[in-house]
Amino acid sequence: MKKKLISLLAVVALTVGTLAGCGGSGEQAPAGNETSDAAESDDSTEAEGDDAAENTAAASNVKAGFIFLHDENSTYDLNFLNGAKEACEQMGIEYITKTNIPEGQECYEAACELADAGCNFIFADSFGHEDYMIEAAKEYPEVQFCHATGTKAHTEQLDNFHNAFASIYDGRYLAGIVAGMKLNEMIDNGDITADQAKMGYVGAFTYAEVISGYTSFFLGARSVCPSVTMEVTFTGSWYDETAEKEGANKLIQDGCVLISQHADSMGAPTACETAGVPNVSYNGSTASACPNTFLVSSKINWAPYFIYAMNCVANGTAIDTDWCGSLETGSVELTELGSAVAEGTQEAIDAAKADLIAGNVHVFDTTTFTVEGASLDSYEADVDTDADYTPDHEVVSDGYFHESGEEFRSAPYFDVQIDGITLLDTAF
Amino acid sequence: MSNAMKKEKKREPRFHIVKRESLVWYKAMSIRVIAILLALVVCGIITTITTGINPLNVYESMVAGAFGSTRKTWITFQNTSILLLISLALTPAFKMKFWNIGGEGQVLIGGLASAVCMIYLEGKVPNAVMILCMIIASIGAGMIWGLIPALFKAKWNTNETLSTLMMNYIATQLVAFFVILEEVPKGSGKIGIINQNSNSGWLPQLFGSKYLLAIVVAVIITLFMAIYLRYSKHGYEINVVGESENTARYVGIKVEKVIIRTMMLSGAICGLAGLLLVGGINHTITTTIAGGEGFTAVLVSWMSKFNPFTMIISSLLIVFMERGAGEISTNFGLNHSYSDILTGIILFFIIGCEFFISYQLQYCKKTEKSGKEEA
Repeated sequence: MKKKLISLLAVVALTVGTLAGCGGSGEQAPAGNETSDAAESDDSTEAEGDDAAENTAAASNVKAGFIFLHDENSTYDLNFLNGAKEACEQMGIEYITKTNIPEGQECYEAACELADAGCNFIFADSFGHEDYMIEAAKEYPEVQFCHATGTKAHTEQLDNFHNAFASIYDGRYLAGIVAGMKLNEMIDNGDITADQAKMGYVGAFTYAEVISGYTSFFLGARSVCPSVTMEVTFTGSWYDETAEKEGANKLIQDGCVLISQHADSMGAPTACETAGVPNVSYNGSTASACPNTFLVSSKINWAPYFIYAMNCVANGTAIDTDWCGSLETGSVELTELGSAVAEGTQEAIDAAKADLIAGNVHVFDTTTFTVEGASLDSYEADVDTDADYTPDHEVVSDGYFHESGEEFRSAPYFDVQIDGITLLDTAF
Repeated sequence: MSNAMKKEKKREPRFHIVKRESLVWYKAMSIRVIAILLALVVCGIITTITTGINPLNVYESMVAGAFGSTRKTWITFQNTSILLLISLALTPAFKMKFWNIGGEGQVLIGGLASAVCMIYLEGKVPNAVMILCMIIASIGAGMIWGLIPALFKAKWNTNETLSTLMMNYIATQLVAFFVILEEVPKGSGKIGIINQNSNSGWLPQLFGSKYLLAIVVAVIITLFMAIYLRYSKHGYEINVVGESENTARYVGIKVEKVIIRTMMLSGAICGLAGLLLVGGINHTITTTIAGGEGFTAVLVSWMSKFNPFTMIISSLLIVFMERGAGEISTNFGLNHSYSDILTGIILFFIIGCEFFISYQLQYCKKTEKSGKEEA
């Protein structure tokens, strides 16, 4: 026994020795680009309300760290990765990325490691990272921690912890119009009757972010195709390729003639391509993998937020506790339309986009939907996160539901089940 | 290893596999060193071919990933402690030839018991009482999860490999159910940090270090297990039952009692690991909180030939590779699967080399007859 111990010890010592001998310092090799003289950010991506001219000299005192739940194989994380890369390259900021960080203590460790490595702006992209980012924020008060999709910044009252999101419901509404136009085309061609205009939606969890998403998509579609109905199924995971594919197939078998999804793998789009069913995607274009069925994708462009927040860090100004991007800030985008869209789609979404920006149209206009047959005149939403899920803010006023309202929080809280949408399973 | 093989008549096997009597320690050691070096070379070749990255840089960042900073070193030792604890837990069962592959479930159920205490006792009892409840609940839950398959094995001689494995799924589903029950906010599918502001039920930090507790517990359990297995009557009984149940019966050992007692111990230590994971480290519960360690521990225990002290090294080696591999995917922008490939190659060589320690190849020099020599 003793011999074995000694031999194993020696093996390990030798291994470590060999490994250590292989290189010089254990310096990190950030994937960041360090080119100076980066171009000034152009106006289209300029963060809202931040007119101060940024100078790259100031930006050079920023070092950014990004924490991602998955890697570039997930459409969700890829979208963040692209935003981070774009923003940092534009501002000439050095950055480190950490991919495949689970929603657990690993996130806290990753955030601390980034802070140890000298990052003064640290961002995490997944909902479940929030608590761990808060823990790290308490430990490193001089570092700014930002978190996408989170809900707790406005109640935690930490100076260096911030939430961010975007009015992606606007984007989904526009994507819904694309879907509605496609349904109209199918009805006009005689492929389906008006009654058969049923869409399917593959969601992750029965959480407000998903409910807000599919409801806005549905309302967009119904604004152009009044007879549309929708079925929603849930996978219980943000990334489960098999479950998403199965979900989409189940919906197709159920008679859904158009599919959209709010989960992060390519499961649903590829199922649609195989079945030849039009698909509205999320987070980015899936046209290359699904050339025949891809219609459009809505996505959040995170670069404007990153530029805004990193400028705040560079200039020593405070970052908004809750920042909500919009169509105007360039945060909410539609991708290029796919080849399968109906005629006149581009004109229709341009018009709707102008109306949304002008405030003529609100996605959650209470005259456009009913809840159990009645209109929604008042709704108390659970804006402040606590264990009791107690509704705490009146969010319906001026004839519409104020989603991601400025006085509330950026992450969605629309969790109303409206008429016309059927939930197939709500186990999650 | 001369390959100056002479021409052979007919189809003689070129070599025989012969069991070694025993190998002097430095030879066994050099075989292991060669295996690891070969593994690194193969990893290097594969890295260069598939990615074009200099393999030396890859090795360098593996070391940096595990020991690159004070914090990283602490985390490496903390993770090693948890893996070591689970390996130690499984070992007495393995020595008894009871294939407990239910470590994952026993850890999870222990963690779940802690989480339940933390959530339902919050604000109702003082912190010390809560922690005491957590300790009892976790260890008890793990014990029960070990006891159930043991009872079935002892009473009805059921296959413990299947039953312990299936207990894993039951534990996972129970945790999944609890997470949906207590998720914050509703529908999000996760609990988040429990008692984040009150910190009640969080296990205390030792000497101001949040990483030390697991390490200290692991050291104590390692010493306990070494003494228990080698010097105690229980340890002796485990050995005898493992060698031959009939012998054990013959000498008057109650085999059923030993099986049940040992599995309760096994489960209890797994439950303790669950307590540390939930109460001391993560402060939350998820279905993946054990992270497959329950299965990795099987490997550690076997690789170490059930020696508690060797397990320290084995689990450190595995954690080192896991963390190093994770660092590679960050530094070189490689997919996480890539680090799994490297880990797989290294483990293949380490486990494979044990074959050459137990057996040797004898080349056939001048065999005339077609008759085989028996090994």
